[in-house]
Amino acid sequence: MLLEISDLVVAYGRIQALHGISLTVSEGEVVTLIGANGAGKSTTMRAISGLRPVSRGSIRFDGQDLTHVRADLRVVRGISQAPEGRGIFPGMTVMENLEMGTYARRDRGNFRADLDRVFGLFPRLQERRTQVAGTMSGGEQQMLTIGRALMARPRLLLLDEPSMGLAPKLIQQIFSIIREINTQGTTVLLVEQNAQQALSVADRAYILETGSIVKEGTGRELLGDPAIKEAYLGVA
Amino acid sequence: MTISDRLGLADRLRALDDRRVQLVTRPRQWWNGLPKPVQWVAFGAFAVLLVLLPILDPPILSTPDSDFPTVLFIVGVYCLAALGLNIVVGLAGLLDLGYVGFYAVGAYSVAVFGSPSSQLATAYPWLVCVPIAIALAMVAGVVLGAPTLRLRGDYLAIVTLGFGEIVRLTALNSGVLGGAAGISDVPAPPGELADGSRLFGVIDAKPYYWLALGLIFVIVAASRNLERSRVGRAWLAIREDEDAAELMGVPTFKFKLWAFAMGAAVGGLAGAVFAGQQGFINPESFIIQLSILFLAAVVVGGAGNRLGVVVGAILVAYLPERFRELAEYRILVFGLALIVMSVFRPQGLLPSRRRAVELAARQDQVEAGVNV
Repeated sequence: MLLEISDLVVAYGRIQALHGISLTVSEGEVVTLIGANGAGKSTTMRAISGLRPVSRGSIRFDGQDLTHVRADLRVVRGISQAPEGRGIFPGMTVMENLEMGTYARRDRGNFRADLDRVFGLFPRLQERRTQVAGTMSGGEQQMLTIGRALMARPRLLLLDEPSMGLAPKLIQQIFSIIREINTQGTTVLLVEQNAQQALSVADRAYILETGSIVKEGTGRELLGDPAIKEAYLGVA
Repeated sequence: MTISDRLGLADRLRALDDRRVQLVTRPRQWWNGLPKPVQWVAFGAFAVLLVLLPILDPPILSTPDSDFPTVLFIVGVYCLAALGLNIVVGLAGLLDLGYVGFYAVGAYSVAVFGSPSSQLATAYPWLVCVPIAIALAMVAGVVLGAPTLRLRGDYLAIVTLGFGEIVRLTALNSGVLGGAAGISDVPAPPGELADGSRLFGVIDAKPYYWLALGLIFVIVAASRNLERSRVGRAWLAIREDEDAAELMGVPTFKFKLWAFAMGAAVGGLAGAVFAGQQGFINPESFIIQLSILFLAAVVVGGAGNRLGVVVGAILVAYLPERFRELAEYRILVFGLALIVMSVFRPQGLLPSRRRAVELAARQDQVEAGVNV
């Protein structure tokens, strides 16, 4: 098991955002966490990457306990997150953003190879290398957050709503790139509101509702589940 | 769609902004395009001009109501303090409203350890006191930062505001620090003239100005290197997006603490130089307005840009001295100027290229309703 979360409770002050969720991600999988606004998806991501302290429960990564490890050290261990929305460094160029992705790495040797990989996935970023990131379109910024996260050479890539605010055509493209990243050997945990796309790309999925996991299964199972169809796929 | 969009106002504003950006970038490009030797000669000539300034005493620049070299020295001290504060505010993006506290720690260190009439009576020479001042200011920076740097934005600003006052009130109420009466006989920097009189005397402020000028060059060079280092890159990332920086593996807390410590060190140095020239200090010299003036220098000049910050410090320190005949009205004019600045040019007179983009990006996010 690459990532193992058990009975995770996260609270903002006295308000609990997660009421003891458990989930696992195996090496090589794409796992998605689906839920509506405010279900606790982003909180789960922040707890895994260490931005949010945990009140109870544990997070284990590759057999080691991560629950109280500092966020920056989790990156060194191999967890890298592409934050939601416009989580880029707006005043830096595309190249500088990508260089920031390698900040925690100790081996600088294969920077070139990683850069080529990212540019292979996102040719657009190569075209915009010298552009100041804050002046790019929303879709390009989204690509940059993913590319930047990949520059850390993660074993586990956390993607927080990569389709948010993007045009339908671009959404398709982003999801096929996620597949591609996975076939290249990176395990992916994907948080999404766009259930249709996320379930089609995922090996397994969890449904999160108001801080609790209410259902889990393979992506295909859940795509065919009538209750899921009604609640998340907009078909009765 | 906002009303201003509908009126095409946004586009017009953007066009105006582009022109402004060009006004800043064009001279910069022109300068960067010059051959290296030309740059050095121009820079050298400018430096010589700065050194000769108090001797030339040029008619328009000169201050009719106060001693020109002394004014230049005070301007220099402000520049030093602003450069230090720029590390905290401009580079790391941490709003510090109590920076005068570090300046006071530096000044009081020199007074307490250097003055024969202080209770400690160690009477160390100025040169020995300066490293102590810098070290103690750094300690103060860490002591203030360690518990407070987990706060962000406005909360941090409020706590630091309190810190500045705590330092002043401690000095006011503590016997060792001289209380309200202050401490006199603060040592001056060493050095003798050919005739046996002191180089750093009470009458002629020129040597103090040259000392401050030299230190400014050193700090400008040092902070330039710092900005281009791995530390500087981490500060930049923290300033632009603290969460994202953390996700890249930047130990944000550690680097914020470093920014506080480095900024405090420069502030302490500025205070030590100031105390050496004054020869006497009391809590009156470290009121909260000074924090605000230092911050105004950074913000008006252009946070994050060393040259801008120096220009800001010159404006903030020099203009009120130049127009002393306007008496108390100058504070009114100064306040007005700040308001006008914050409305029409929030990025400062000479903004850093990055900060301008950051501001614009933040503006876009606010308009798009994204959580900032």
